[in-house]
Order: sequence, then structure tokens, then C-alpha cells
Amino acid sequence: MDEPLLQMKNLSVRFFTYQGVVRALENVDLTIQRGEIMGLVGETGCGKSVLARSILRLIADPPGKIMGGEVFFKGEDILKVSRKRLREIRGNDISMIFQEPMSSLNPVFTVGNQMQEVVILHQKVNSLQAKDICIQMLQQVKMPDPEQILSKYPHELSGGMRQRVMIAMELSCRPDLLIADEPTTALDVTVQGQVLTILDDLVRRLGVSVLFISHDLGVIAQLCDRVSVMYAGKIVERAPVWDLFAAPKHPYTHGLLQAIPSVDEERDPLLVIAGTVPGLIQPPEGCRFHPRCYRRFEPCDHVVPHFREDKKNHFVACHLYGDE
Amino acid sequence: MWTEFRKEHAWQIKEFFFTLRLLGRNPSAVAGFVIIFIMVWMALFAAWLSPYDPIHISLQERLSSPSSAHLFGTDEVGRDILSRIMYGARISLRIGVLVILIAGGCGAIIGAISGYLGQRIDNLIMRVMDVILSFPPLVLAMALAAALGPSLNNAILAVAFVMIPKFARMVRGEALAVKEKQFIAAARASGAKSLWIILHHILPNCFSSVIILATLILGETILIAASLSFIGLGAQPPTPEWGAMVSVGRKFLMDQWWYATFPGLFILMTVIGFNIFGDALRDILDPRIRR
Repeated sequence: MDEPLLQMKNLSVRFFTYQGVVRALENVDLTIQRGEIMGLVGETGCGKSVLARSILRLIADPPGKIMGGEVFFKGEDILKVSRKRLREIRGNDISMIFQEPMSSLNPVFTVGNQMQEVVILHQKVNSLQAKDICIQMLQQVKMPDPEQILSKYPHELSGGMRQRVMIAMELSCRPDLLIADEPTTALDVTVQGQVLTILDDLVRRLGVSVLFISHDLGVIAQLCDRVSVMYAGKIVERAPVWDLFAAPKHPYTHGLLQAIPSVDEERDPLLVIAGTVPGLIQPPEGCRFHPRCYRRFEPCDHVVPHFREDKKNHFVACHLYGDE
Repeated sequence: MWTEFRKEHAWQIKEFFFTLRLLGRNPSAVAGFVIIFIMVWMALFAAWLSPYDPIHISLQERLSSPSSAHLFGTDEVGRDILSRIMYGARISLRIGVLVILIAGGCGAIIGAISGYLGQRIDNLIMRVMDVILSFPPLVLAMALAAALGPSLNNAILAVAFVMIPKFARMVRGEALAVKEKQFIAAARASGAKSLWIILHHILPNCFSSVIILATLILGETILIAASLSFIGLGAQPPTPEWGAMVSVGRKFLMDQWWYATFPGLFILMTVIGFNIFGDALRDILDPRIRR
């Protein structure tokens, strides 16, 4: 098989706070192939954004610290490269879209100003050429009247438009990997669909790999090729999207899928996973999910389950599978 | 070349004229501009406008009250106060504007670096600023001016130095708030350097409060510079300077009210002029209010 575009091995990130050490990520492995859209699902606070940010070393230090592990991008360990090389990778090779379209653009400059700034910096063109590139990109994200948009300030655009501007901006440098950290969470459903369609279409056309983070399983199902499920700082299951939805293995994934409200099935009341996400300062021993798990048995509260391949391409970290 | 420039910067040119039009429509901007314009005009053409030589002494006319011959009266050696105010505008405006430019520029950059980089650098810079702030401004300016040697330019440098912490502190506070915004993270994720972020994202977002602070500090600046002149460290006599005139005139305030009052009024007018102009400028330049 080809070398994967991004390969994360054993990544651990901790935050040192006054209350104690937050183990935000523990030994996380993740691979993204070229041209693939990888979904990352999990509840609020399980470490999705930390994972996304640590790929670009955007964790605020202090209090955060990358404790160990490797993130290979095209064979180069991002965690070890010089600051100069890191800046080249950011934007040129990997770019990122954030959750809040409202505050992702600088309010005192026009959209055109900010887009051109990025294009000029990364592609070494003059401002007229940059403008053309920006207009092209805005057309690709289906913005009406791109020339007009360029001279507007961020506050004059709606959330959906701003997010499309962000997509255009991040893709204008033709990165190999796009990290999208809940790009549609702050948008309402109709706009969300629009933005997702545009993102999907554009990404497939340009052949960009995407790490798509969301807590919305519906969105994941629509967009992604493979999905990783995260729970309390660990990845508990990974599978091609249809395998995961058809036959979830980990009890947590199972619970997540059960908790989607459905219109055409009479399922009353909605099933929920009991309890809440554990604090990551003192996470539960053994499997981190065991206090909430409805199928826990003997080893769960003291043995950490390994992440193993149960079926082809379907990985799971749970004592129910395998022979341990 | 010119046409190319116009094509490439068409948008900026349009925006510039749009700003001018907005300024023209804003009453306080116009009022402020008129006051500043009068002061500058007075300073530039003092030689033609002033009725007398500002340093001409005529002892027969000392301390005469305002009259048709001497509109604002005369001082203790019989110099015409109106003429001295006109020539003084040159000195006082130069002091005010230069001090604000130096202190505002340095202070804003220091503050932005401090706030954005944080941690040890922030601590170091802010403690140094605290040390400067712990001295009474006048005493520190005096010591500096004395050390540099008595001259107007040295006095300007001394006053600017004393004013730096005020800007630095405020901009640092703003920078702390701005750096948590997501567009900073987005800029970093697209590979921007710290210096680039400070210059292009932090400082422009602090701009409006810097303008306000600058207009507020302008008055204080002119007065501190005046005090320096008063003890012989700033503008050297007989050079006319507003603050120095107020300082000397204070002694005569009970009997010859005009001596200190008129230069004082001009300081007040200048401060108000810059203040309301600055305020209007801030509103107009803020894109969220602009449209």
C-alpha cells in the first residue's frame, strides 16, 4: 500500500493546570491516506479539537504540552521540524478551518485583503494575480458576485458566507491536507448542507485529503470515507463509514448511533448513554468507557483494551473482541 | 506607471476618498479639523500673521491689559502675547505631535509584542514599564531632559519616553483580548510569523483605542513639556511656548489674568480639536460602524 499522507503514532497531549494534569490525548494513532476524507466523531470535550490542533502544533504551550508520539506528514515528523519548516507546512501543505466562522476573519480588514494576503504570501504572485486567484476560488465555493465580496468586511457577510470564504481561503494554496474542525457546527441546517456539498465537491475535485471533525453523525455519514470514533482522549473504533454505521462494534459507538433521533422509526424514548464524559484529570482505570458501558465485564475496569483489527479495516479497542 | 498604480490600488484609492467624504459629513470631525487647521495655519504663517515681533521687548508697555493695540495684552517685559501665541503654536504643536507619534508608535509596538508573546517576555517588558510608571512623570522627564542636556528636542524625547508605558499598557491589554480570537489561530494555521501577526492582526485591532488615548494624552504632553521649559530644560527663553507662558503667567494671574489665560485657552482648544477629530476618525475608520 502507498505511504499514508499523514500518520500519527502514539500521540499524547497533556495540559498542566492548577487542578491537575489533564490527559487530553493518550496514545492516539491515526492515518489519513491521500485523497481520503477521514471523519473524527466524539462527544464534546473528548479531545477532537486538541488532536486537530496538535497536528499543526497549535496547542498553547503552556498549559498544553505534546508529551510524546510522532506525526509523520509525507515522511517528515511535524513534531520535530524547525519552526521555519513548520510555518511552510502550515498553509502550504496543511491548512485548517475552524469552528466559528464569526471570528475566523479579522474584523478590521476586508475579505479581499485577507484572502490576497494568504495567496501572495504562499504563492509569490503580485496583488492583481492574487485577486484573480481569489475570485476564482470564491467562484468555486459558489459565492455570488465574488468581486463584490472581496471588498466587503467580514461583518457584512452571513455565517455561511464567511465559512465559504474560509474554505476558499484555505484551499487557495492547494494544501494536501485540510483539517476541518467542526466547520458547520455554528451554521443552521440548510446552510450546513450547502457548505458541506461545496466542501465535498471541491475537495474531491482538487484531490485534497481531509480530517473532518464533527459530533454530528449524519454529517459524517454524508461526507466521509472512514471514521474514527473518539472517547475521552482515545480512539476507540475506526472503520470505513458504512461498516461503522451498519455494524458498530464498540459499545460506545453503538450508543452514539442509538442516540440519533429518527423521524420514521417509532423509538420512544430516545436511548441515551448513561452518565457523562469523565474528567480527563483522573480518567477511569482500564477501559475509559467502562463506567458507562452496558456490556462491561471482568477485565474492563483494570485492563486497558488494545486497539486491534477485528475485521478487515475495522479496528476497535474493546475487551468484547479478541481473545485477551 | 501611474495608471498601473491606479489600477492595482483602485480599491484603496476609492476607500480613501470614501473616508474623506465621511469625514466631511461628520460634524465633530469637521469642527476638530477646523480647529487643528487654524492652529497649523497659525504656526506656518506666524511670521505674516503676527502683529509684533514675539521677542521684541518694550518695557513701557509691560503687563498692559488687552486693547486694540495688543489684543491679548502683553507680558512682564512688554512682549505681545498674541504674537507669542502664534509663534508658540510652532513649538507646542511640534512637541505634542512628535511626542504622541514617538510614544504612541513605540508604546503600541512594545505593548503588542508583550501581549502577544506573553510569558517571560511579557513579564519582563511590563515590569520595566511599571518601573517607569512608578516615577512621577514630571520628575522622570525632568531627570531625563537634564541628563540629555537642555534643548527642545531632548525635552521631546524625554516626554515621549515617559508616555510610552501608558500606550504599552493599554495596547498590551487589547492584545491579550485580540490574540484569543480565532482569526489569530487561523493566521497561525496558515503559517504566519509572530511578527506578521502582531503587525497585521494585533495592531490594527488596537488602533481605535490608541487614537483615543493619543488625543487624551496630547494635553498632558504639552503641559509636561511646558513645565520642562519652565525650569529651563525645554524650549529655551525667549522662545515663545504656550506651556511656558502659562507657567510664568500663573504668577500674575491675580492681577493680570490675560497673561496665563490666553495661552491656556489655546492649549485647551488644541486638545479639544485633536480630541474630537480623533474620536470621529476612530468611528469612521472602524469598519463595523463605517457601513
